[in-house]
Amino acid sequence: MLLTVTLSLLNGFGMTLKLFALTLLFSLPLGLVMSLGSMSKVKVIRWPIVFLIWVMRGTPLLLQLLVIYYGPGMMLHNNIWGAGDGGRFTAALVAFVINYACYFSEIYRGGIQSIPVGQYEAGQVLGMTRGQIFLRVILLQVIKRIVPPMSNEIINLVKDTSLARVIAVYEVIWAGQAFIKSDGILWPLFYTGVFYLVFCGLLTALFGRLEKALDYFR
Amino acid sequence: MAILQVENIIKNFGTTQVLKGISFSMEEGTALSLIGSSGSGKTTLLRCLNFLERADEGKIIVKGETLFDAKVKENSSEEELRRKRLHFGMVFQQFNLFPQYTALQNVMLAPTLAAKAAGTYDAKAIEEHAKELLVSMGLENRMNNYPHQLSGGQQQRVAIARAMALKPDILCFDEPTSALDPELTGEVLKVIRGLAEHHTTMIIVTHEMSFARDVSDHVIFMDDGRIAEQGTPEEVFEHPKEERTRQFLASYTREGE
Repeated sequence: MLLTVTLSLLNGFGMTLKLFALTLLFSLPLGLVMSLGSMSKVKVIRWPIVFLIWVMRGTPLLLQLLVIYYGPGMMLHNNIWGAGDGGRFTAALVAFVINYACYFSEIYRGGIQSIPVGQYEAGQVLGMTRGQIFLRVILLQVIKRIVPPMSNEIINLVKDTSLARVIAVYEVIWAGQAFIKSDGILWPLFYTGVFYLVFCGLLTALFGRLEKALDYFR
Repeated sequence: MAILQVENIIKNFGTTQVLKGISFSMEEGTALSLIGSSGSGKTTLLRCLNFLERADEGKIIVKGETLFDAKVKENSSEEELRRKRLHFGMVFQQFNLFPQYTALQNVMLAPTLAAKAAGTYDAKAIEEHAKELLVSMGLENRMNNYPHQLSGGQQQRVAIARAMALKPDILCFDEPTSALDPELTGEVLKVIRGLAEHHTTMIIVTHEMSFARDVSDHVIFMDDGRIAEQGTPEEVFEHPKEERTRQFLASYTREGE
């Protein structure tokens, strides 16, 4: 039984990991673009981004999943996400990407704004180009500063993926819950915690190493 | 011919006029000290020379070449601006070393990038020159240390070497010892004094009056965005003509400077 449950949960956790990885893949760069936009001097660019960040950080992700999945169907009478599991997964991914890009953009913004202006000026008086200053001087300092808040947010994402089951994305908790109906046993649901725990442990170790690798300067 | 001519520089921040028409010139191989109380515009003037601020009016001429003329519309490319900047070297109050690079890497970074862009990259020559500069700053044992492993005085000496690595015509110091503990001030002043003895062309914004008197060939006293008085150190410090200069210098003597 343990083997059957484990295999079934692994299958569900595969979906969890897929949602996790694809969310990161898209939201990390999107967040950077948004952070630059949210610092723009042009109001037409800044204002909509600041508004979007406010909405996405100010409402529950659970609600966002429902609105993004059912909203278009209700308003356009057309399910833009396509039928079946694929459609539900796409909708969930879009919700996660937008939500997390908003959180990441605030972390990037904080990191970029925390670099003293003297670092830019030192590069300028040394005749460096704007690109050189960003890549050679600023970027690594920003990365060093955002690793701790980023790792926090990324570990949150691992667990937040469980919310996707509200639109019936078959992830690990769903897989665990299924055994209540089929076999009348509750422990597989609790067992799912082990999967999260192990994976978050791996991530924690990874981020710890990254922090350590950047510890050589201050 | 003067190495630097500054003509009628005016700079406004919003409605506040910080520089109200500054003109002066300096000769190659001399040291010029800018003194005056906080807010008199010394630092802003230095920042205008380094194009960290754009003056609203006036001209900056180096070696006969007009680097800046406020009347001419800003049409110089970023490339052009960077080339002009390299006439000046800048040493900041807060050092502004790059924390992720060692002392040696801090000195080598800009020359390396410049040489690569010009297609004249010679790693060995750049490293040799950087090491020579650090040795001349008394940092032969600190080359591979990161900034946070160095004292403030050592960091500032690295910053001086970094500014000199691109062989600027004029080296500018913006209150180079103001962020240092008193016991570390001396080692930095000693280095700058050494540069003056080797006839490095320098502009020094400083609050160290006895240092300014010793080291400079010419002193400019600024007050409220204007040059209130200028001359040799003897003229300004021993026989100030203006009442405002006397008041300013007296405030230093009272503090026991």
